[in-house]
Amino acid sequence: MTPLWWAIVVAAIGCYLLKLAGVSLPESILNHPKVQRVAQFLPIAMLSALVAVELFDHGGRYALDWRTLAGVTAGVIALLLRRGFLVVFLVAIGVTALLRLLT
Amino acid sequence: MAEPPADRGVILRAAIGIGLYAMAFGASFGAISIGSGLTVAQTMVLSLVMFTGASQFAFVGVLASGGSPFAAVSAGLLLGVRNAFYGVPISEILHPRGLARVWTAHFVIDESTAMAVAQATPRARRYAFWATGLILFALWQLGSLTGALIGRAIDPSAVGLDAAAPAVFLALLWPMLRRREARWVALGGVAVALALLPFTPPGVPVVAAAWVALFAGLLPNREGSREGTELSEDGQAT
Repeated sequence: MTPLWWAIVVAAIGCYLLKLAGVSLPESILNHPKVQRVAQFLPIAMLSALVAVELFDHGGRYALDWRTLAGVTAGVIALLLRRGFLVVFLVAIGVTALLRLLT
Repeated sequence: MAEPPADRGVILRAAIGIGLYAMAFGASFGAISIGSGLTVAQTMVLSLVMFTGASQFAFVGVLASGGSPFAAVSAGLLLGVRNAFYGVPISEILHPRGLARVWTAHFVIDESTAMAVAQATPRARRYAFWATGLILFALWQLGSLTGALIGRAIDPSAVGLDAAAPAVFLALLWPMLRRREARWVALGGVAVALALLPFTPPGVPVVAAAWVALFAGLLPNREGSREGTELSEDGQAT
């Protein structure tokens, strides 16, 4: 197996085991307020870090493709207009693809 | 006593709606996964076994940025932590024992938990969990496979797919940012990631952002704690 396959298997089974732990562990551990707050903040911190890296990382250097930024900005506008996920997705890739075609 | 059929109809329609949404979400995952260099088989193993959207997107996102498999695993697992906390309300609703835990666990995700806890009666909660979990699972696989096959046929950057990943992460993040402290945590995550970007191997900036969550979570809580892990009101994917 390649390292990538190993990573996929470990991460996939690990995510399943986290779910299994949730329905198996004593409630007192998971119901601790501090533990819950950390769990609540984890996706927020990491998803926002992912957005930043996806936008500004170019092989370990800061770089920004303005067409990608324009597409994502259009997606944010769709979010502000309370559009659903699919609209946000299509608007973001549509604007970027269009700009790339024109420039 | 059986649930009045009308209630089941309402729940089922909502579950199908969420499932269709997840299918579109799954299609974008499939396309982004292929664009990140995974094969169709690898993409489908993630959808079938990992089966939790944000972790799957994070895993392929870290790989796409050149991150090591280890960094990708860390990011996927850290984003999967919240599913463990959904186990608390789900255990109260379903009381799974022994082997039942093994298959119930697989379907404990944002959407099934949100739908289950939103119902008024214990029977409706159980029905909502299984209806949402099973429909979403089926449509998520269908969407992932379709997206992966489309992704293999096209040039990802020509169709603007590089804008899709950050847009998807923002869409996932959006409903979580209603509270002010959540917005501070998001800002902290961005700051840590950007500060580390030039100095660390790819993937590390994203994993390091987990420290922001740990730090913020252990600080004294000033806004008053809320019960349970936060779910978006409409059961949207996270």
